[in-house]
Amino acid sequence: MRVGVACSRVRVEEKLIFQALRGRDISFERIDPRRVVWDLDGGGLEGIDVVLVRCLSHTRAYYLTRWLEGLGVPVVSSHRTVATCGDKLLTSAVLEEAGVPTPRTVAAFSPEAALEAIESMGYPVVLKPVHGSWGRLLARVNDQDAAEALLEHKSTLGGFLHGSVFYIQEYVDKPGRDIRVMVVGDEVAYAIYRQSPHWITNTARGGEPLPCPITPEIDRLSRAAARAVGGGIVAVDLVESADGRLLVVEVNHTPEFHGAAKVAETDIAGRIVDYVLEVARRGR
Amino acid sequence: MLTVECPECAATVELPADVEVGEILVCPDCGVELEVVGLEPVAVDLAPEVEEDWGE
Repeated sequence: MRVGVACSRVRVEEKLIFQALRGRDISFERIDPRRVVWDLDGGGLEGIDVVLVRCLSHTRAYYLTRWLEGLGVPVVSSHRTVATCGDKLLTSAVLEEAGVPTPRTVAAFSPEAALEAIESMGYPVVLKPVHGSWGRLLARVNDQDAAEALLEHKSTLGGFLHGSVFYIQEYVDKPGRDIRVMVVGDEVAYAIYRQSPHWITNTARGGEPLPCPITPEIDRLSRAAARAVGGGIVAVDLVESADGRLLVVEVNHTPEFHGAAKVAETDIAGRIVDYVLEVARRGR
Repeated sequence: MLTVECPECAATVELPADVEVGEILVCPDCGVELEVVGLEPVAVDLAPEVEEDWGE
């Protein structure tokens, strides 16, 4: 068994994964996406039984997973999962189709249609880039003045990515925290609260990880969300609304877990490696 | 202890014992991010800037 780990930057997470591989005496090699050449005639990767994709760049993960699947190499997570999770609008679409509760979400493809949609939804709303992570470029829009200014800025300064699609979501007044759940295969590995006085609760933005019990509802919704995006190893973000709803906000395809590792009562890297080995044995 | 010279400011940067290729170090003098690009011999380069599509 030989495992490939596709990554360029080695963070705490990758070091823990390498340790878990060494601890299981599994031979592995790093695949630096910056050095990959995808020859459409085939070839380019020999002697690898499975690849765990841990790219920081969504674009590289998107193409690398497709390249590997074309070569017949099992990949964690799959191209479908990466493609879906890397786009908030596609994620919302599959969650809705799977009956997973989410905050009310609409998309528009011009600033004029976006303003109309926001006015119809009522304030406040949250504007998010369809591609993006770590809580960057999220905007809580409290009134029409802010909406008009933001939409004009996005369409004028944002390039095609930010100026041609507007992802608009109901603002959920959550209790100073959200819930981050890692799903590995069809099992929940851990759940944590991410507590913050700011409405953006991402760990990358200072949210503090705290233990969270895996309730039956968290377990059910997280696994349903993971299945909807294509499965593999994903992190599901949930919020608790003031009226008692538990809603899935987004699903991440290459979860960071250095914060969770401090409070979760499971060997996260070990769970990841064991799942990757299982996928290799299954051959897909 | 392994050390390397910062390519930006020439300060001496210490490497952790379990350092891996691809790991990011921060120069204690100038604060620049350095990517470890080799271990035998130890080599570092300026780390790439964060891109818009980076994340989870």
